[in-house]
This record gives sequence, structure tokens and C-alpha cells, in this order.
Amino acid sequence: MLTVDNLEKTYDSGDKALKGVSFEVSGNEIVAIIGPSGAGKSTLVRSINRLTEPTGGRVSLDDTEVTGLDKSALRDVRRDMGMIFQEFNLVERLTVMENILSGRLGYLSTWNAFRRNFPPEDIKRAREILSRVNLEGVENNRADELSGGQRQRVGIARAVIQRPKILLADEPTSALDPDTSREVMSLLTDIAHEDDIPIIINIHEVDLAVDYADRIIGLSDGEIVFNGPPDDLDQAARDEIYRGGESIADREEPSAGSSTGSDDVIAERGD
Amino acid sequence: MSNSTDSWSRFDRRERLLRFFGLLAGLVILVAAWRAMEVNYGYAVTAPRELADLFGRMYPPNVGYSREIVGPLLETINISILGTALAIVMAIPVAFLGASNTSPNKPAYLLGKFIISFTRSVNVIIWALIFVVIFGPGALAGVLAISIRSIGFTAKLIAEAIEEIDRGSVEAITAAGASPIDVLIYSIVPQIKPAFISVATLRWDINVRASTIIGFVGAGGIGVPLQTEINYFNWEAVLTILISILGLVLISEAISAYLRKKVM
Repeated sequence: MLTVDNLEKTYDSGDKALKGVSFEVSGNEIVAIIGPSGAGKSTLVRSINRLTEPTGGRVSLDDTEVTGLDKSALRDVRRDMGMIFQEFNLVERLTVMENILSGRLGYLSTWNAFRRNFPPEDIKRAREILSRVNLEGVENNRADELSGGQRQRVGIARAVIQRPKILLADEPTSALDPDTSREVMSLLTDIAHEDDIPIIINIHEVDLAVDYADRIIGLSDGEIVFNGPPDDLDQAARDEIYRGGESIADREEPSAGSSTGSDDVIAERGD
Repeated sequence: MSNSTDSWSRFDRRERLLRFFGLLAGLVILVAAWRAMEVNYGYAVTAPRELADLFGRMYPPNVGYSREIVGPLLETINISILGTALAIVMAIPVAFLGASNTSPNKPAYLLGKFIISFTRSVNVIIWALIFVVIFGPGALAGVLAISIRSIGFTAKLIAEAIEEIDRGSVEAITAAGASPIDVLIYSIVPQIKPAFISVATLRWDINVRASTIIGFVGAGGIGVPLQTEINYFNWEAVLTILISILGLVLISEAISAYLRKKVM
């Protein structure tokens, strides 16, 4: 179980990105974090594994308090958190297999990492995951030879091979076309159910969040303004998240499948 | 700037004056430097005749002598290869110190930058003189001179490649719980590999040329017989050596260009 308690982040520039955010995630729940650009979605997800160092509050995974760990203990707890990125963040010049296996580096000695000497069970598991994410046959291709959707599946495989207790996904579909986005989202939901781990997905496509998430957290200006099942995300809740409660009676309603263009217009208000 | 709407000038009055005096100062320095050299124009007049004379004494090249320079030529190649290899070994840690994103702290960064500038700013002949004094004449002094001189160049270009890497995969591998060294091996090294090979071969190419002249101060290679033959006025042998150097440089340049093209 992941517990986020009163988490705060103030950047050196003085921007308050998170103003005391608290929530819990457990089981195999899929939690989508939505909100306008600049609301602090990315900061929130990155603060959980301390890629961004929070300036206040606590994050705990099961009984381990992540905030406050020293570097070596932080590395150990990061092995239990898989992360998926918007731009995939693969090592472009390495093969698919090497990229997937890099998820096991936290368990490997430096000498074995240098020699690419992974234990047989890691390699066996990498092959299983390759077929699970539907990438058989490309394991020896270089990552930069793949399409965007394939690369994101490599990114997912790299996170899954960690055997994490939780997955964090930072805008995993933003660089993908709508069809590929849906493929990636259903792959993530399958993983949550099969591996019985929760996933926190930071996403800006509200319709994707509604379709795939078990719970939605709405973030606005560094604060949680909505936390509930997708069915409860009515127009008033959307107004609260995206327009600070202001009604949009005379504006076009962002219907399901709305283009990112209209989201961007809305996002400007949230900044 | 003018207040009227229909006139416009790139510089205002003050800037124009500054530019004028800047140009004037430049010309004055140029003329003063020229005069300070006290050039003997008499030599310039006789230069074409001297050149023809030199050529006459050089031609034809001494073909029989070419067998004697095989050894020194091989030594030149060896000096360039060993010197470059040694330079790379020393330059890699310096590069990581001198790259802002991998340097552990500010003093280490400044140390890296200092080594880069210092080794670069001293000419290879001066390094060769120093090492000939320390280790005596011969190829060892040459190898050390070439390698020390090359650290700055190699480290600077590798450091720039390190600074230009994509941070994304560094972050991803860090997020998986990998140590900074694992990140180095798995994310940074693959990304700088092309730049590394290109820098190493380019420097080797430069070092082949440098290895041909360090023999003038006794640091081994083809420069040693070249200087000897010049001192004995064996101009036909000198031409043989010059032709062999030209051939060597062309070959090394071709190899280095091919390798650099290959890794891009």
C-alpha cells in the first residue's frame, strides 16, 4: 500500500507545485491523476519515488517511509516501484533486451552490470514479458528502430521486470496516437490485474482516465479537488478540476474523445 | 536612435565612434607588429632562387635510403597509437570530472576544466623537451609527450558529448534503483560511444602528424633521421623522408575519416 501524506513541493523558483496532497493507493487499483497543465501531476508522481525531491510531507510504501531514506536505502525501495515515462526514456542505442533487463540493475553488482551478466532467471523472465507485451522477435533490435507504441511497451516491460509493488506512469500515452494510447492503457490494466499491483497513472486525456481507471484524483493548482470513482466525475467535478469551479455553460463541452487542442485551451487557465 | 519614423540606423552615434576607434586601434597594432619584426626583405627577393636550388639538390629522392626509414616510420606509428591510447585512458576520468552533469562537485569540475586547459595550452614540442630531459631521448618520451598533450582535446570533446546526452534514460534507470555507476555504464556510456570513437580516431590522426616532428627534440620517430639528414645536407634523403611522411599522413587521415563515418 502506498500512502501519500500532506506532500508538498516548492521549487527553487518559489513555485508551489504541491500544497499538501494526501491519498492512499492499494490492492490492484488503477488510479488516474488528471488535471490541467501546471497543476502538479508530474511533480506528484515524480515525488513518490523522489526523482523530484519533495519539500514536505511523507510518502510510505507498505512499512517503509520513502521520504527520509538515505541514498542507498532509496535505491532499494526504488526497485519496488516501476516507472513508465511519457517519452519512454529508453537507451536508444541499446537493444530491446538490454533495455528490458536494465530494470533489474538495482539487483546486479556493478561488475555484472558492466559485463551485461544477468542471472538466467532474469533472462527467462525478460522473454516471458516480451511475449506478454507482444514484442517477440524484436529483442535484438535497437530501441531506436521501434515505433512509438513498441517503445512504450519496452518501457512497460522494463518496469514490470522489476517485480514492483506499484507502477508509476507519468503521461504514458501523451506521445502516442489515440489507438496506441488505448492499447497501452489496456496493457497497463491487464498488468495491474495479473500481477495484482496498483498503478498510478498521470494522464491528461480525461476520457481515457474515465474508461480505464478505478479511481480518479483531480489535481488543481497543487491540491486534490476530486477523489472518487469515474462515475462521480460529473460536469461540476470537471469544472472544479479544470476551471476552478467556474461554469462553462456558454463554452463547448469537452466531450469524450475531445481533441487535446481543447484540453490545451482549458489548460491555460490552470497554469 | 532618431525620433523620426522614416530613418533608421543599425548603430547610434556613440557606437559608431567606438567602432571607428576600435578599427583604428586594430590597424595600429598590425602596423606596429609588422615593424617590430624587422623583416629582411633581401631574403624575400632571393627566395625563389633558393627554392629552385634546394629542389635541385633534393631531386631525385634517394630510393635506396627508403629501406633505412622503415624502422623510424614504424616507431612514429607506434608512438601515435600508444600515445593516443594512453591519452584516452587518462582523458576518460577527466572528461567525467569536466562535464557539468557527471562531476561530483564544484572543485572536481574546476579540476577537470583545469587539466583540460593546461594540457592543451602547452605545445607537444615543449612536452617532448620536458620528457626527453626526464626519461632521456627515445620513443618513451615521445609517447608521453603525445599522450599528455592529447588529454585536454580528448577530454574536452568527450565531456561535451556527456553534457549533451539525453537525460531521460538516466532518469529511468535511476528510477529502477540502479546505482550511479550502473547508470554510467548502462545509459551514459552507450550514448557517448559514437562521439568517443570519433574523438579517439580524430586525435590519433592528429597524433600521427605530431609524432613526425617530436623527433626534432629527440623524442623518437621519423623526426630523428629527418633532422640528422638535414644537418648533413643529405637533401635527397630528406625528400625521401618527406614523401614517406606525406604518405603516412594521407593513410592515417583516410583510416580516421572512414572510422568516423562508420560510427555516425
